[in-house]
Amino acid sequence: MKLNALTAGELLERLDKKDLSPSEIISSLNRQIQETDSKVKAYVRLSDSLEHQTPSIKHQAPTLEGIPISIKDNICTEGYNTECCSRILAGFKPPYDATVIKKLKEAGASISEKKTNMDEFAFGSSTENSCFYPTHNPWNLECVPGGSSGGSAASVASDEAIWALGSDTGGSIRQPASFCGVVGLKPTYGRVSRYGLIAFASSLDQIGPLTKDTRDAALLTNIISGYDPCDSTSADIKVPDFTQALVNDVKGIKIGIPKEYFIEGLDSEIKVALEEAINKLKELGAVFKEVSLPNTKYAVPVYYIIATAEASSNLARFDAVQYGCRSTIANGLIDMYKKSRGEGFGPEAKRRILLGTFALSHGYYDAYYLRSLKVRTLIKEDFDQVLKDLDCIITPTSPTAAFKIGEKVEDPLKMYLSDIYTISANLAGIPAISLPCGFTRDNLPVGLQILAKPFDEEMIFRVAYTYEQNTPWHKMKPKL
Amino acid sequence: MEIKKETVEYVANLARIELNQKELEKLSGQLEDILDFIDALKKVDIKDIPPTSHILPMNNVLREDTPRPSLSHQAVLKNAPCAKGNFFGVPKVIE
Repeated sequence: MKLNALTAGELLERLDKKDLSPSEIISSLNRQIQETDSKVKAYVRLSDSLEHQTPSIKHQAPTLEGIPISIKDNICTEGYNTECCSRILAGFKPPYDATVIKKLKEAGASISEKKTNMDEFAFGSSTENSCFYPTHNPWNLECVPGGSSGGSAASVASDEAIWALGSDTGGSIRQPASFCGVVGLKPTYGRVSRYGLIAFASSLDQIGPLTKDTRDAALLTNIISGYDPCDSTSADIKVPDFTQALVNDVKGIKIGIPKEYFIEGLDSEIKVALEEAINKLKELGAVFKEVSLPNTKYAVPVYYIIATAEASSNLARFDAVQYGCRSTIANGLIDMYKKSRGEGFGPEAKRRILLGTFALSHGYYDAYYLRSLKVRTLIKEDFDQVLKDLDCIITPTSPTAAFKIGEKVEDPLKMYLSDIYTISANLAGIPAISLPCGFTRDNLPVGLQILAKPFDEEMIFRVAYTYEQNTPWHKMKPKL
Repeated sequence: MEIKKETVEYVANLARIELNQKELEKLSGQLEDILDFIDALKKVDIKDIPPTSHILPMNNVLREDTPRPSLSHQAVLKNAPCAKGNFFGVPKVIE
C-alpha cells in the first residue's frame, strides 16, 4: 500500500521502527496530489507550493514527529495564505499561528502550505460557495463533497492527505465526513481553542479532526484539545488520553435512538444502512432505547437566526482597513466599506450577513434573535434530559448521501435543510462524530452520527472504535 | 413576512454592503422564503424560558493585567491594504 493511503497511527508505527523517513511520506502525498487533485480539487490556490512547514524548534513531546497534516483555509497558519476561500481575504498571510497549529507544531507535525477548500467563511454545506472552485466528491466526481470542510474531507478520502483539520458550526466537519466516507469529530464546545480560527458563529464554532479511522481522530484530538488563555471560551477541564478509550467493547452501553430523526425526508437507503449499524451494535452487546427530542424540528430555524446573527457581527471586521481587499473605486470612508464588502463577499456570505443583521435590527430583535436563544434552551434541555439515562445517541449524519454539484445552489433553504441532523449538537454544545456505516446502491458513502454528553468524547470514541473494528466500511477507498 | 426591496436596501446599509439592483431583487425573495420558514418558531411556547447565548456555565472570564509580548508594527501592518508609517491608511473622513 502507498504511504499516503496509510493512517497517521500506522505511519507512526513505521516511523518508530525507522522503516521510513518523513520526507518519503510527503513525497507520496505530493505524487497523489499531482495525480488526482486536478479532478478532486480538494486544495485551493494552485500557486501555493507543496512545501510543508516542519518545525525546527525542539518540541517537548514529539508525538506526531514527521506526520504531515492538511488545514482548512479558515485556520490561521503563520506565513501561509489563510483566506476563508473569500475574495475579501485574498492574499492574507496571518502574522501568527492558531493555537491548534501551534500545538501541532510542538508535537512535531508538518503543516501543509496548501490549504483545503471550503465554503466561503464556512457558509455552506457543499463547498460550492468557495470563491475558487467547487471540490468534487472522490467517490463520484459529479457530486459535492459536503461542506463546509469539503476540501478537508475530500483530501483525506482521496489519500491526498493523511488527515486534516476542519471546523464545525452546524455540521461542517460531520456532514462532509459522511459524504466522503471518512471519520469527522466535532468536539464539545470549549474542548478545543478557537484562537486563530477565523470566526463564523462564536457560540457554535469548534475545530476538529477529519481522519481515515477512529484511532487517528483520538490521536489528533489528544493534541489539539485543552484550555487556552487566548480563548476565554475554552474550558479549563482535564483532557484525558483519548486513545485509552479505544476499546473494542460496547457490552451494556445504553444508546438512544431519537424518533424525530427517522421520519419523512430521510432517504430509505440511509435508513436501511442505519438499521444495519444499529443491529450490529446490538449484536455486540449495546442496549438500545427509542427516545424523543421533541424540539428537533426547531433546530434549523433557530440555527439560521443565531448563526447568521453572530456571523453578521463577526464579519463586521472585514472593513478593508487592517486586512483584506479594498475597493479601488470608492469615494469616502463609508463608500469604501460598502464597495469593498460588496465586491469582496460572495452571494451566500451576503445572504447570511443580511439575514443576521435583519434578525438583530431594531424591531425584530425580540421576535427573531431573542426568541431563538430561548428555543435553543429547549433544544439543549432535550439532550440533557435524554442523556441523563443514556451513554450516547445514534442518528444518521445526513438525511441523504452526497448530492449532485449544482443541485441545491439556487435554493438556499433546501441547502440549509441538509444540515438538519447535525445542527442540534452545535446548539447544545455536545460532542458528535460521523463515521462510515455503508454505501448506497450508487456507491456513495453513508455516515453514522454518535452524540454524547458534554466532554464525554471518550464514550464516542469507544462506540465508534468498536463499530469500526467489526465492520469494513472505513477501509473502503474510492477509485480515482 | 413580506420582505420589500427597500427593507433589503435598509439592512444592507446597516451591514455596509453595496448591492446592485439584481442582487436586491433576488435577496428580497430569498430572505422572504427563509424568514417564512423561520416563522415556525412563533409556535413555540417560550414563556418563562431563559435565553441561552452561551452553552458553558462560565461568565466574566478575567486574566491578570500583565504586559506580554505582542506583534510588531511591521507584522500588524503587513496585511493592510494601505499603510503609512505606523498607521493604517483610510480615505479622508472629515470634509
